[in-house]
Amino acid sequence: MIQAIAFYFFATIVVASAVMVVMARNPVHSVLWLIMAFFNAAGLMVLVGAEFIAMLLVIVYVGAVAVLFLFVVMMLDIDFAAMRAGFSRNAPLGLLIAAVLLAELLLAVGAYNAGGLSLGTPDGSAVQAADTSNIEALGALLYGRYIVLFEIAGIILLVAMIGAIVLTFQPPKPGARARQDVGKQIRRRPEDATVMKNPEIGQGVEL
Amino acid sequence: MIGIEHYLTVGAILFVLGVLGIFLNRKNVIVILMAVELILLSVNLNLVAFSAFMQDLVGQVFAMLVLTVAAAEAAIGLAILVIYFRTRGSIAVDDINRMKG
Repeated sequence: MIQAIAFYFFATIVVASAVMVVMARNPVHSVLWLIMAFFNAAGLMVLVGAEFIAMLLVIVYVGAVAVLFLFVVMMLDIDFAAMRAGFSRNAPLGLLIAAVLLAELLLAVGAYNAGGLSLGTPDGSAVQAADTSNIEALGALLYGRYIVLFEIAGIILLVAMIGAIVLTFQPPKPGARARQDVGKQIRRRPEDATVMKNPEIGQGVEL
Repeated sequence: MIGIEHYLTVGAILFVLGVLGIFLNRKNVIVILMAVELILLSVNLNLVAFSAFMQDLVGQVFAMLVLTVAAAEAAIGLAILVIYFRTRGSIAVDDINRMKG
């Protein structure tokens, strides 16, 4: 019972926030609604016992991706009102396609409900043992059978990081002030930079 | 009792909302990227639901990989957006015809 209440609570908020992501006038609000949607999707995942993925969703999406979106939305100086010019023009076609898609997807769910489809049976090689936690079982799987996939995921992230840096990196202009010349810094000696003075009392120092 | 069909319904609705977002905000690349994130979220929700209801953890491993790719896609997409804005001063999709593909 409590599970059903929690499910409907999370599901309602996920769907409502997703609607607001699409409909919000201000992209900053869209990002904030997206964060809301991710949090509640994480709640849905906790309900079925996938704690690790849920926490990953909160950390990766809310902590990294959504903040990245916020940064970019606020950094770019864009007239968002002009961007919404085609909103109502595209609405009928978009709604039509969305309705058809939703009907098809729900038809599949309905067919499953009516017994027309069966889920198939897993081979039982990746069952979470009763005495292990979700993260423990998932870690054993990730570092065992799926180690290659795990490392490829790491390489994808590395490539994405390097790609993003290479794309947005601007080499400093030749005359720019804040440029670092490492060789010059290392060549500089204390004797070149400082002098000892022992001024008389009441006299100034001339450098 | 909550069964897998409930989760699949939520996933389907989220997916459709993502597709709808791409259509409605055709000009705004940032919102399109966010709609793509919604679609990937619905995929993750489906994978996790199947994994949980079929007692097979492989679905969660897959969801993690989808998450990785989604993060990489967002980073690269936004980087491209930033350099595009730097050169053109606009991110309207209609203006992106420079490559004449």
